[in-house]
Amino acid sequence: MNHLTEEQFVLYYYGEGDGSPAVRAHLDCCESCRAAYANLQRVLNVVDSAAVPERGANYGAQVWNRLQPSLGTKWGRHLDLSSWWPIRHWAASALVATLIIAAFLAGRNYPKAPSGAPTATASQVRERILLVAVGDHLERSQTVLLEVVNAQPGQPLDVASERERAGDLVADNRLYRQTAARTGDTRVASVLDDLEPVLLEIAHGPDRLTPEEVESLRQRIEGDGILFKVRVAGSTVRHRQDKAPPPAGQKSL
Amino acid sequence: MNSLMELSDSVAVEQARAGDPGAFRVLVERHSRNLFRLAYRMTGHQQDAEDVVQETFLRAFRQLSKFDDRASFGTWLYRIAANCSLDLIRSRKRRGAQTEPAGAEGAPDPMQSLPDPSPAPDRLAMSGEIEHEVATVLAGLSDMERTAFVLRHYEGMCIDDIGRTLGVQPNAAKHSIFRAVQKLRRALEPLVSTAS
Repeated sequence: MNHLTEEQFVLYYYGEGDGSPAVRAHLDCCESCRAAYANLQRVLNVVDSAAVPERGANYGAQVWNRLQPSLGTKWGRHLDLSSWWPIRHWAASALVATLIIAAFLAGRNYPKAPSGAPTATASQVRERILLVAVGDHLERSQTVLLEVVNAQPGQPLDVASERERAGDLVADNRLYRQTAARTGDTRVASVLDDLEPVLLEIAHGPDRLTPEEVESLRQRIEGDGILFKVRVAGSTVRHRQDKAPPPAGQKSL
Repeated sequence: MNSLMELSDSVAVEQARAGDPGAFRVLVERHSRNLFRLAYRMTGHQQDAEDVVQETFLRAFRQLSKFDDRASFGTWLYRIAANCSLDLIRSRKRRGAQTEPAGAEGAPDPMQSLPDPSPAPDRLAMSGEIEHEVATVLAGLSDMERTAFVLRHYEGMCIDDIGRTLGVQPNAAKHSIFRAVQKLRRALEPLVSTAS
């Protein structure tokens, strides 16, 4: 009797191919194939249970909120960003390249420290530069959020200047988020991810918010704990900055 | 919005083409989670998966006029998402970035004062070693093997559709799945036997 092949097992497992009844019949009477198939089942069942991070029920709405400004050409409110992906990727690469060059130059220009003193490597210098940039970004974002959160209840709010600042911050935010994600800084990336839709909403909203719009924005900022997260992330980034080893030739404070 | 949400994909596509943003929103809200799952399985990274979802809808939006009404919109989106994922993986390889597989995302993180954004209690149900091994093997598959396997195993797509999605003959898709299963089996069988 010919035994079943691995390919037949795989097709049978997935319910593909037209040989299922024959495979079934063979499995019923062949112990060795039954054991081999059971092994395959166990392996594939284990693969099946590998987790995917959960996305909440309103995930689709979040995607839409992030997406909407980029679809502006046809539907009116915003600029044509149809080539958004390549531009952003180019910009992200440019940012990373700038950081690397800055780190390289910083490494070259710092005088050598006496041997034995703790000094920063190029990657630490690069991290330090990034931390400074992200810390500054979080601080500026916090200022914009505070403007909304601290608005007089029941009053309209003029956010023309915050809108402009938010517009600048959105582009930076995405770049820092991508960089943080690539460098494995998942918590910074997550905070920046939460921050982005709010910045987008402010950036693409009107110059003057009605009391209802202010309230809705405030609830969103406070309800999702975004301001809190930005504060914590900002202070943690600053803390990490302080703890980073000083560049060669510089004394620790 | 409720009545909009009841639109079938084909009607929503038609209305979106006619310039109705609400209809496109319905499609985004309906398919985002599935696309995220696919993208995460493909890339092994949450943030990359988020970017893939975003990019998939942007590309879909730009190419909406080219969508063939006779096809399934979901399959069409899957094809775009699979291609976006592959583009991203390739660009990652080109950059030489050393990225961690999905199972290793909880690597040391200095910002421990913030709550973990992705607690995954279901991960606890499985031995970390096996999960890590699964992620490692998946990450080591060729682009074609991983895509075909993810679409077949996790997304339940039939081999013919996988062939169409990847633009290859069904036979090529089938053999990619065989190779992927073979590699997984080789790596996991000893662990699974130990566990059981």
